[in-house]
Amino acid sequence: MRATRKKRLYLVLLMVVGIGVAVGFALNAFNQNLMFFYSPSEVAAGKAPAAHAFRLGGLVTEGSVQRQANGLTVRFDVTDNAKTVTVEYTGILPDLFREGQGIVAHGQLRSDGVFVADEVLAKHDENYMPPEVAKALEEAHEEGKASMPPGKTTP
Amino acid sequence: MIPELGHYALILALCLAIVQATVPLAGTFTRTPAWIALARPVAWGQFLFLSLAFLALVHAFLVDDFSVRYVAQHGNTLLPEIYKISAVWGAHEGSLLLWVFILGGWTVAVSLFGRHLPDAVLARVLSVMGMISIGFLLFLLMTSNPFARVFPVPAEGGELNPLLQDPGLAVHPPMLYMGYVGMSVAFAFAISALLGGKLDAAWARWSRPWTLVAWVFLTLGIALGSWWAYYELGWGGWWFWDPVENASFMPWLAGTALIHSLAVTEKRGAFKRWTVLLALLAFSLSLLGTFLVRSGVLTSVHAFASDPARGLFILMFLMVVIGGSLLLYAIRAPDISRGGGFDILSRESLLLGNNVLLVLTTALVLLGTLAPLIYDAFGWGKISVGFPWFNTMFVTFMPLLVVLMGAGPLTRWKHQDPAMLARRLKLALLISIGGGIITALPWLSGSLAAGFAVALSLWLLTTLFASLRQRLQHKPGLRGLVQDFNSRGGRSYYGMLLAHLGVAVFIIGVTFVSQFDIEEDVRMSPGQEYQMGDYRFRFEGAKTVDGPNYRARRGTLRVFRGEREVALLHPEKRTYTVQTRPMTEAGIEPGLLRDIYVSLGEPLGNGDWSLRLYYKPMVRWIWLGCLFMAAGGGLAASDPRYRQLLRRSRRSGDLPAAAQGAGSHA
Repeated sequence: MRATRKKRLYLVLLMVVGIGVAVGFALNAFNQNLMFFYSPSEVAAGKAPAAHAFRLGGLVTEGSVQRQANGLTVRFDVTDNAKTVTVEYTGILPDLFREGQGIVAHGQLRSDGVFVADEVLAKHDENYMPPEVAKALEEAHEEGKASMPPGKTTP
Repeated sequence: MIPELGHYALILALCLAIVQATVPLAGTFTRTPAWIALARPVAWGQFLFLSLAFLALVHAFLVDDFSVRYVAQHGNTLLPEIYKISAVWGAHEGSLLLWVFILGGWTVAVSLFGRHLPDAVLARVLSVMGMISIGFLLFLLMTSNPFARVFPVPAEGGELNPLLQDPGLAVHPPMLYMGYVGMSVAFAFAISALLGGKLDAAWARWSRPWTLVAWVFLTLGIALGSWWAYYELGWGGWWFWDPVENASFMPWLAGTALIHSLAVTEKRGAFKRWTVLLALLAFSLSLLGTFLVRSGVLTSVHAFASDPARGLFILMFLMVVIGGSLLLYAIRAPDISRGGGFDILSRESLLLGNNVLLVLTTALVLLGTLAPLIYDAFGWGKISVGFPWFNTMFVTFMPLLVVLMGAGPLTRWKHQDPAMLARRLKLALLISIGGGIITALPWLSGSLAAGFAVALSLWLLTTLFASLRQRLQHKPGLRGLVQDFNSRGGRSYYGMLLAHLGVAVFIIGVTFVSQFDIEEDVRMSPGQEYQMGDYRFRFEGAKTVDGPNYRARRGTLRVFRGEREVALLHPEKRTYTVQTRPMTEAGIEPGLLRDIYVSLGEPLGNGDWSLRLYYKPMVRWIWLGCLFMAAGGGLAASDPRYRQLLRRSRRSGDLPAAAQGAGSHA
């Protein structure tokens, strides 16, 4: 009986140590992979990290999309109706990307203040606004910075 | 008129669900046979009314009855017939109706195939399923009535989301729901055992085939969703760690843990409390999945703009179900008897390792999925968890699971002599390490990851083969195999073999496509050629074609390998007439060893287009592996010992002797 108890104790100890190590590792990696979201106003205020990737969201400014004549590089402005950030992206934009539409871009700020995106997301439901974008628009509006009415913010 | 009948049928179904949830359960406590006997007819009645309601909604879509708001939003006269039917579950209200309709179906199936169960057990199981049904019917009737009318009646409907107009997606939600809702059967068995205070090996045997079948549907549903995302979204990925994908993956992981722990409980009477907890967990995660998809709290491709009242209702429902069942567990768990003991090295301990790893990964996926909500709630900022994290987690923990998976079938229950196990595994270990090293050699693939994947797959293959050889030691030849297959427990074993083989196939697919795929975004003029890897793509321009409810720009590409033409692809960019949104339809040349995949980007003037070209080696193996797993699960669920139980008990008319015997030694 005592022998079985001892064995069971070892098994439990082994498991606890194993799980502990695993969870420690997982949480450490987790912190390194967190991706923060910033609105154009926050980027303009210098809150966004310079050397770390983050997500930027807002509305694509009407008339701002410029395509380079050769190649696939596109430039456009993203706004929260208070501040604007220029985004550069090389590749194929998603189907639902269009001017006036809410998007989320993933990438890094370059030293000249242009946000270089490696991924641009537009959502599949065109009435759907990514919650972060809707909130950023609301905040920009509330702070009284907005001179324009906020864009389409569906619930 | 018919929509009102549908609405009325839903209300009647709710009334019957209330009866089903209360009267038979009360009967089991007061020992009133008439009340207990009520469970089955009431369940059938409920299903009848649910079917009527469901058919009423299908009918409304088929006849384009736009006076029903839901039909007006998602139906359209131009929709092809099949998509008119699939539009029923294309959005919130209808998919909930499908949920509860499937729940009714599972309830009837339990009442039919569960005739061998003691009356009281069956009555309790059906009552618990009635309670779940009450929750969902109330949700439907209070917040999301699919039969609500709209006035004035629009002349034309808003049409089904074009992304969902696809045969793969027409069947994906029903499959997934069959899996989600099927987990409710395991849950109901667990709750009824806790209520009845009798949790033994017989209980595990009763709920095992149900859990397996639900798991099979869940596997197929997830695989279908992944396959659909691959060919329909136009960017060649097959899994994005999107919150909603995670929502279906968590119950799958918990369900996988559950089917393994049920095996221990059935065979050895051990892990009883743990198994019950897993059954509660798997269903709670299914409900959480429904909540995540339906409430719109997370940024996701699947999120619908929706009403907060709905989210609140599901959240409360979730709390009642999880809180209630955990409370019941806390009250009853101390009465559950201890199971058989086992050594540090035994099949039990390896399966325990399997369970720990699966639950750990479930918890990690849960963390990654809910972290954005938690951070937001505490005001720590708006975050998302990058998918590299999920990948790292799985690449770290899954190989351990695979090592256990190989050793498990060769290990004895209760006690295993380590030296003997080492002898049995030695050859398998040598072959897999050798195979891995050879694959990783610079002039073969030069990829460590590929070598690792090949080693893991070979490990599974060789250990499965060794286990089969050991099993057939005294049954030589093909006849021995057939005889063994038809024996009691035979299909369980061969099902396991097939499912684990599926894991080996899956590992190869996932690793090879992630290591060796080629992806390029290019700009091409008509007539221009582009060389990518071994393949040469020639773009022959795009022209306009008309579909039933869309207009498309269809590109033509010829793909050559050397001088031989290997594929003629027609990727499309569709614009749907009603919803006026663009949609990419990829051109794919499928193959067992590689896919060639092309999607149209945008027109860049002068007939030029931006194009996305992919070479995807062995991508099909991912879904092939899933099919193997599902087939294995199905085979195991069809094991004769579950049916023998049925036949024997029909003859004797009471509790099966085998189940009693298995229960008593636990």
